[in-house]
Amino acid sequence: MPNSTEITKKAADHPEGAERMRSGQFFRPNCDIVERDDELLLLADVPGARSDQIDVKFENGTLSIHARVERRQAPETEYLLCEYAVGDYWRTFQVSEAVDASKISAEYANGVLTLHLPKAESLKPRKIAVTST
Amino acid sequence: MMPLRYRGLRHPVTQLRDEMDRLLTGFFGPPAEGSWTPTSRSQPAVNLWEQGDALVAELEVPGVTSEQLDISVIGGELSLEIHRPDPPGDGVTYHRRERPTGSFARVLRLPADVDANRVQAELKDGIVTITLPKAEEAKPCRIKVASAS
Repeated sequence: MPNSTEITKKAADHPEGAERMRSGQFFRPNCDIVERDDELLLLADVPGARSDQIDVKFENGTLSIHARVERRQAPETEYLLCEYAVGDYWRTFQVSEAVDASKISAEYANGVLTLHLPKAESLKPRKIAVTST
Repeated sequence: MMPLRYRGLRHPVTQLRDEMDRLLTGFFGPPAEGSWTPTSRSQPAVNLWEQGDALVAELEVPGVTSEQLDISVIGGELSLEIHRPDPPGDGVTYHRRERPTGSFARVLRLPADVDANRVQAELKDGIVTITLPKAEEAKPCRIKVASAS
């Protein structure tokens, strides 16, 4: 829905088409992808995850994000209101731009994962100085 | 057909609006994100449960700092306001923009009287947990039965 004030939590597909050993739901985190002159910036909402439980992989042009989220309440909790479920986050992206994989960095704060994907040297815009003779 | 899912204590008007949104979105073309999922909603989602002598409310608020959260208890209602700042938009190109920005407000009618002075809220890893201790009058009270002899 074209409603920017909407908070959504979407179910993710089976990661890599394989079935998982652990039961539970997988969610697709909402992401912003921003292109700057020298890098691609990816912001992913993964509330409830801890920094040591987030896996980011970049392989053959595929970026995958997996954040494990444990249940915060006892399974027998009886909810008076239950509007969202809690589960792992999973999402993959095909990165077509040439990215310098060795320089990818990640930060995590307040439930948001920030990934910096620096562009490969050859793609960075370069200002050519014109010299007068 | 109404999908089978737990609707909680949502206002019927909200349910109707969401349902209309869903139908219209389906009619005029596929939604932006591929397939419609039953977890879409237009207000901050809340989980609420009872824990001992308190009610506990929990919300997912990724990217929000404690200054951007307004939580108040007025009468028997819990009022929640979330302000998400707009991300910098100058000089950059957005390839994807899914994370919500702007202000969100929600008022929940609490199922029990709470002691407003002892309400506590904690923000950690993008999750805010609000503990609302029940008022003395709302706590269960054991009545002694005196036997008339």
